[in-house]
Amino acid sequence: MTTSSTVHSTSRNFKNNARDQLANEDLQAALNKARGHFVDGRATARDNLPEFDDLRDQARGIKDHTLEHLDFYLEAYEEKVVESGGHVHWARTAADAQQIVLDICRSVDAKQVNKGKSMIGEEIEINKALEADGIRPIETDLGEYIIQLRGELPSHIIAPAVHLTKAQVEASFRENHTELDEDRVLEEPLSLLDEARTILRKKYFEAEVGITGANLLIAETGSSIIVTNEGNGDLSQLIPKVHIVLASLEKIVPTLEDAATILRVLARSATGQEFSSYTTLSTGPKREGDPDGPEQYHVILLDNGRTDMLGTEFEEMLRCIRCGACMNHCPVYQSVGGHAYGWVYPGPMGSVLSPGLIGVDEAGHLPNASSFCGRCEEVCPMHIPLPKMMRHWREREFESHLSPGSVRVGLGVWSFFARRPRLYQLATGLQMRMLSWMGRKRGRLSSVPLAKGWTKYRELPAPQGRTFQSRWRSGERV
Amino acid sequence: MSDGPRVALFVTCLVDLFRPSVGFAAVKLMQDAGCTVEVPEAQTCCGQPAYNSGDRKDTIVIARQVIAAFEEFDYVVAPSGSCAGMISKHYPELLADDPDWADRATALGARTHELISFLTDVLSIEKVEAAFEGTVTYHDSCSGLRELGIHAQPRSLLDGVDGLHLRELEDSNVCCGFGGTFCVKYPDISNNMVSNKMEKIVATGAETLLAGDMGCLMNMAGKLQRDGANVRVRHVAEVLAGMGDEPAIGEPQDGKG
Repeated sequence: MTTSSTVHSTSRNFKNNARDQLANEDLQAALNKARGHFVDGRATARDNLPEFDDLRDQARGIKDHTLEHLDFYLEAYEEKVVESGGHVHWARTAADAQQIVLDICRSVDAKQVNKGKSMIGEEIEINKALEADGIRPIETDLGEYIIQLRGELPSHIIAPAVHLTKAQVEASFRENHTELDEDRVLEEPLSLLDEARTILRKKYFEAEVGITGANLLIAETGSSIIVTNEGNGDLSQLIPKVHIVLASLEKIVPTLEDAATILRVLARSATGQEFSSYTTLSTGPKREGDPDGPEQYHVILLDNGRTDMLGTEFEEMLRCIRCGACMNHCPVYQSVGGHAYGWVYPGPMGSVLSPGLIGVDEAGHLPNASSFCGRCEEVCPMHIPLPKMMRHWREREFESHLSPGSVRVGLGVWSFFARRPRLYQLATGLQMRMLSWMGRKRGRLSSVPLAKGWTKYRELPAPQGRTFQSRWRSGERV
Repeated sequence: MSDGPRVALFVTCLVDLFRPSVGFAAVKLMQDAGCTVEVPEAQTCCGQPAYNSGDRKDTIVIARQVIAAFEEFDYVVAPSGSCAGMISKHYPELLADDPDWADRATALGARTHELISFLTDVLSIEKVEAAFEGTVTYHDSCSGLRELGIHAQPRSLLDGVDGLHLRELEDSNVCCGFGGTFCVKYPDISNNMVSNKMEKIVATGAETLLAGDMGCLMNMAGKLQRDGANVRVRHVAEVLAGMGDEPAIGEPQDGKG
């Protein structure tokens, strides 16, 4: 089974998705509310840490070094995990990873799996696989819990329910928590939080298996790290008798010290916090004398197309630490939200990563849907040149004739003239005289053949008249 | 003839075609600063439409053409951060593996500047002689801001214009939604972005919007006019050159041209 056959993406419908989301008033209200929070939060956190940019450089260096020696550090990591009594499973594809999870669950006759937030869980669609096998997945991250109730996918990699308003969450809680008093007051965010906490508390003790993601894996110690603000990850992984860590293999760093450096830029870039509320290290199963912990500790290392990016123009994408700063600052993401992108990873990081994982034919719109404003690269704590890599995907599309025919023809005509200055000047000179004449009364045009994409929403300013070059050549000066 | 540097004006396709007055303003500003300005004939476009559409091959042909036409000059100056960034940052990258062109691209890139930053950073101009009555606001175009670090330069020169009052634009560093072919490939998203921009522009209460890139200016002017907002839009060079009495972008030319 190849990964693409397990992928359910609507990325090909990006344009329609975007149009729907632009018309979705709840989404627009939610996006407006989140925008200032993330952008101002990061700016303040950066300003409060004079060495922030030095740390970014160090963090980039750590990841570049690790990627250069990826096999070495992964093997070292595996050795340490095994030494501490854990198991490492290598999964080439999403289907492989699903199968490994199911096998572990079956081996302990699991009926319920509690989950901390994991984007790899989304990538391999683990909830679907569990449900198909008669196992109940329970999301314990508040945002993930909310979207699980609603049957939705996350719209953001760190704030999965950021697309929802408080009123929508309240409605979902009332619809699902029917055992509670109908007349309860649920207007305050805190009352929603309390209700979710009450419901979830009981569930923590019912699961046989806990699944978490990993923000970092540490070769030196064989540890995995998760950062959360709710502490749900800790309860998900400590109480059940089996803990499965779902991680993609580029999460590895050499040492604890390296992990600390990256953690210092992670939360600041993500939410503007200096550190997340909980930073939890897991190393192997419960040892003798430990008060608690799982009996089994498994790590599933997912590749799913990542090693194919090594050594290509997309390798730098593997530095990504999933902070979400790129999408928080992206005017396209801010316009359409995460669901429009049609697969697991939205925003600029998704526009580079998704074509690598599910194919540029499937996700080809995403790297095109950028104005190349460069804000994503500006705020990326790992200095990932996102616009440059989106352009590289466009080059791949152009080379393999995946770009739309109309674009190729238009570009071909344009480039024919752009490469021939005299013809260009003749042709454009005539066109501009024509446009100028058409717009002479109002100075602008409301409709121009072949420019509907422009004039649908804006006027086209009419040219002043003759081109600069023809006026200059005929001797006109200031 | 002045003894100042010999500068080639890369006029940019949008200024050439739609707003020649910006080209004349650029020439005036540089001549006033002591430069000899020439306009090489073999210029069309910097190649961004092809480059950003993934057509690397045609972009390289255009890049070589620009390098050959412009490399004899002391400097290349464009009234656009986007086109100047294309020549100074992207040409060297595009041609890095081409033994015949890599050094030429790098050398030209190092001598290529956006107009306003050329005046302030290279020629050390602190003040221009110009007057413009009214309140203006300023949008930072993305390429100029992020690729070339242009932020303080236009503000410092505008500060010296008689009668001009600058009122800062909230989110002036956020993209206006132009993005070259982006605005016609994804018109709905682009429209949302330029609508947000318009809201902030109108909120300043300024009568005039200035920026340094024709693409962004035409996008914002077109939107402001479509929605009936009473804000005039000009290229910053026109105001600095004392040519702020020309009809604004998208206004009738009064028989000129």
